[in-house]
Amino acid sequence: MSNAPVNTGRRMFLTATTAVVGAVGAVGVAVPFIKSWNPSAKAKAAGAPVEVDVSKIEPGQLIRIEWQGKPVWVVSRTEAALKDLAAHDDKLRDPNSQEPQQPDYAANPERSIRPDIFVAVGICTHLGCSPTYLPDSFGELVEGVKSGFFCPCHGSKFDMAGRVFQNVPAPLNLAIPPYHFKDENTVLVGVSEGDA
Amino acid sequence: MIKGLVTGVIDWVDARIPMSDTWNKHLAQYPTPINFNFWYFFGSLAMLVLVNQILTGIWLTMNYNPSAEGAFASIEYIMRDVEYGWLLRYMHSTGASFFFIVVYLHMFRGLIYGSYQKPRELIWVFGMLIFFVLMAEAFMGYLLPWGQMSFWGAQVIISLFGAIPIIGDDLTQWIRGDFVISGATLTRFFALHVVALPLVLVVLVFLHIVALHEVGSNNPEGIEIKKKKGTVPESELSPFKYHKQFSGKKDIVDAAPFFPYFVVKDVVGVAVFLFFFAAVIFYWPEGGGYFLEPPNFEPANGLKTPEHIAPVWYYTPFYAILRAIPDKLLGVIVFGSSVAILIFLPWIDRGKVRSIRYRSTLHKLNIVQFTICFIILGILGALPATPLYTIISQICSFGYFAFFVLLFIYSKNEKCKPVPERITK
Repeated sequence: MSNAPVNTGRRMFLTATTAVVGAVGAVGVAVPFIKSWNPSAKAKAAGAPVEVDVSKIEPGQLIRIEWQGKPVWVVSRTEAALKDLAAHDDKLRDPNSQEPQQPDYAANPERSIRPDIFVAVGICTHLGCSPTYLPDSFGELVEGVKSGFFCPCHGSKFDMAGRVFQNVPAPLNLAIPPYHFKDENTVLVGVSEGDA
Repeated sequence: MIKGLVTGVIDWVDARIPMSDTWNKHLAQYPTPINFNFWYFFGSLAMLVLVNQILTGIWLTMNYNPSAEGAFASIEYIMRDVEYGWLLRYMHSTGASFFFIVVYLHMFRGLIYGSYQKPRELIWVFGMLIFFVLMAEAFMGYLLPWGQMSFWGAQVIISLFGAIPIIGDDLTQWIRGDFVISGATLTRFFALHVVALPLVLVVLVFLHIVALHEVGSNNPEGIEIKKKKGTVPESELSPFKYHKQFSGKKDIVDAAPFFPYFVVKDVVGVAVFLFFFAAVIFYWPEGGGYFLEPPNFEPANGLKTPEHIAPVWYYTPFYAILRAIPDKLLGVIVFGSSVAILIFLPWIDRGKVRSIRYRSTLHKLNIVQFTICFIILGILGALPATPLYTIISQICSFGYFAFFVLLFIYSKNEKCKPVPERITK
């Protein structure tokens, strides 16, 4: 036992620095535990954004790609189809896209970034079937609307902007995934502009 | 000779660990108010159900397969091929619902008799933490069968976190461990459900009881059974021997030791409880679609949404509050507050009188309206939202929060009846 007087200031300093170093250590140890909850490399690969070259899609044609295990449609809409969109608002449930079924930048009358290129998740909002694209014969189902999507499972109908018609089982418009144009002809499905 | 051997062993242990002392302090010489009524069964029943959940849970993990590919099939396997697997699973699933029945009644007891008031605030706080953990435990457990309602219920609840500004989307992704609910979500929920949360739960229950035994039980009269040392005449003291921890500091009146008197009383409660518990397990295990929901008999399918997504009945009051608010972020905030506000009850009630028996008519009416609102919310939360139901939910949500606001206002200067000095006088 030493009889030297206690240096309180030094003790306080040592206690404080030890506590701070200990706290830093604890935070460091927490990192792997927290980070391990993020999507794994495998999950990230399966959910990665998908690139589509839209220059090769003929007007009126629909192509299907897979993103996060879901079918995603990319449609090149014709001038006529775009003109049609404004003509049947009174027959739709949600003509102005009030429900959050699309990113903000697709909450417009065409529900798309570029009017001619329509991107949507091809899953019926009723019970998850994939609707059929009817480019010419949709008029037989809804008078005056030439093209649209028809779900064979329970008869839900959507127009060329994926907006659902009234009096069908589906409650919501088709979902629009986040996407953006990487360059003039390349669509990147899965990320919004600036998020990548 | 045998008696000598037994005392010898007890003495040997007692010299090394306080076994007899603990037994006396918490059971054989623990003073318990003699006027406990029906409402005082639910604490011990909650313990019984906890043991049931842990035991049946351990046995279920022996045959359960926590993977997106195998989970649903392994539940079918347990139900059909494992000997008595159906019984173990129904004991566990029915036990979950009964846990909440018992806990809600236990909480209601605390509410009407003011058991949360000074000096029992921490008992209430630990109790509410148990309630929160229990809700998380049940939510994660419900994902494990990997049925349609497991999947979509989890989808709805996890997406609530998405309402948080800025970090919302990353947070939901972090919770799910994937871009959608997937096998990654299932395995982490399994780990939390069977290891992490039960450990937390057991620790909290231990603290709940330690806190209770420090200050002693409240009772339907809300009158203390521990009086200042030396103020009670010898003839009026409780005639039993109590641990010096209690009798050394206070004069104990109107009490009896927990063991054997209240253990015997609780055994009667257990018998009645098990009668109902067994009846449900054997004849009504799905609880009319409320204990096990019909869509959960279909495997999870991320591409197919069930017609109507409803949480299990014990969440429905809070879920109805969530749906009553038209704005998503505000709804989540109000929903969170509706659960969190309960923990502050000891400080919201500024009254000095505990039991409803001696409190004002206003307080009685307030508790009645609170209870009615809570039950209506519980019913509506399980039904599809129609415009009429939404309006009723909004009114009842208002009533739910009004309870706390009113209580805070009137409890300061509440006109209560005079409280007797003693339970028996």
